Amino acid sequence: MEDRPVSDKLSTSVQWEPIIVAFFCNWCTYTAADLAGVARMGYDPNVRVIRVMCSGRVDPQFVLDAFAHGADGVLIGGCHPGDCHYVEGNYKTLRRYHLLRRLLRDLGIEEQRLRLEWIAASEGEKVSKTINEMVEQVRALGPLRLSRRFKEWDAELASLEAEAQSEEVVAHV
Amino acid sequence: MSDKPKIAFYWCASCGGCEESIVDLAEDILEVAQAVDIVFWPVAMDFKRKDVEAMPDGAILATLVNGSIRTSEQEEMAHLLRRKSQILIAYGSCAHTGGVPSLANQFTREEILRYVYEEAPSVVNENRVRPQPRHGHNGTAVTLPEFRGLVRSLDQVVEVDYYLPGCPPTPKLLKQAVLTLLSGNLPPKGTVLAPDTAQCDQCPRKETKPVDLKITEFKRPHWTQIDPEKCFLAQGIICMGPATRSGCEAQCIRGNMPCTGCFGPTTRVRDQGAKILSALASSVNAREPEDIEKIMDGIVDPVGTFYRYSLAKSLLRAKVTR
Ligand code: SF4
Ligand code: SF4
Ligand code: FES
Repeated sequence: MEDRPVSDKLSTSVQWEPIIVAFFCNWCTYTAADLAGVARMGYDPNVRVIRVMCSGRVDPQFVLDAFAHGADGVLIGGCHPGDCHYVEGNYKTLRRYHLLRRLLRDLGIEEQRLRLEWIAASEGEKVSKTINEMVEQVRALGPLRLSRRFKEWDAELASLEAEAQSEEVVAHV
Repeated sequence: MSDKPKIAFYWCASCGGCEESIVDLAEDILEVAQAVDIVFWPVAMDFKRKDVEAMPDGAILATLVNGSIRTSEQEEMAHLLRRKSQILIAYGSCAHTGGVPSLANQFTREEILRYVYEEAPSVVNENRVRPQPRHGHNGTAVTLPEFRGLVRSLDQVVEVDYYLPGCPPTPKLLKQAVLTLLSGNLPPKGTVLAPDTAQCDQCPRKETKPVDLKITEFKRPHWTQIDPEKCFLAQGIICMGPATRSGCEAQCIRGNMPCTGCFGPTTRVRDQGAKILSALASSVNAREPEDIEKIMDGIVDPVGTFYRYSLAKSLLRAKVTR
């Protein structure tokens, strides 16, 4: 995974807009999102949808990586319990989600920035409702924009270089 | 000085354990000392920073730096040693992935200084005096290094060629590394000089690890009668084995303690904490949110357990809203 601050172009624009990365299961939520599009049930353009073969494919590393690259929220959409094509995939997702939420809370990322929803292929309306709701919640929380924060954190490293050039380093004997 | 290859050792934010592990080479240290000149090793030998500054750039074949980076002085030394060395090696968990010190990335600089200089139960400091980076005294200015806002791994400050993992690395891995350096037959830059397999692969208890763990409860090792033969996870005790690189010869496990993850992840894992989180959560035997939550309550400190040695190098690096 390359370190590409995907959001920077967007997040430096005058008005901040939340960015939600959505991992949607191919068999259900992704199809539902398609349906929502065809049926012209609008949803906020703040969401970047990534199709996965099962919600169980969403490695917690993907979620952290999305946040680290500038996502303000992450949404996972999977088949309803009992409906997963790989039988156990969504149960694994559910358990990981519960533990990941605890970890994120301890690392200063609010619970509402990570959401898990079961959305069947026929539930186009639920897709647009979930997305719109989440965009509003995340908007209320404000920007996370970690890619930018990382740069701010590392500004202190650059200051050393500058200092070393402007004055003789005091001799440490 | 002879024309034997020059080697240096240095320590940054470290506990001294890595230095100890160098001494643990025991008689092998003589073999190493015969093959190389140790030109800088503050813990054991009387060379100074100015001696290093006086060397031509690239004069040292390899420098092994242990400890994470917290102060401006450690940054300066990292830059200096980088310049003077052909090969820079991050030695031990702290230099490799941030180590235990990087758990401090959960707190602000202010919180840490306030606790250490004012609130710690053993501190008496009525005037709340804190060390200042600059202080005028009799017309001269004395300075202290800056205490940075974050703890960093060595490679978050300077370019690193190789990594020796472990808290601390084993003498066997160190000896192998030195011999590799002297052979001139160098592995690709960025290599972690330990096997690229998971701890579970080399674990003496691996036969007792069921395919489906079905964890119903997380137990804390100090409150549990531990079966000395059975896989820790099969006993409900968190073991970092599935998310940790092998190479330590399962020292902790042989001592009947679970792996806590000091060798860091394999090359296929980017974030060690997220990886163990995934492995543990998948193995929990519950399907209803309330039951899941109840079992997860048994993991008292997820950050401290999953990132015990690697918070600095994790994807989020720190508590993001400090
Ligand atoms: S989980 Fe721990 S005890 Fe079990 S096989 Fe892996 S390393 Fe060994
Ligand atoms: S068992 Fe784990 S914690 Fe113990 S030395 Fe090996 S890698 Fe480190
Ligand atoms: S196939 Fe949809 S969640 Fe597993």
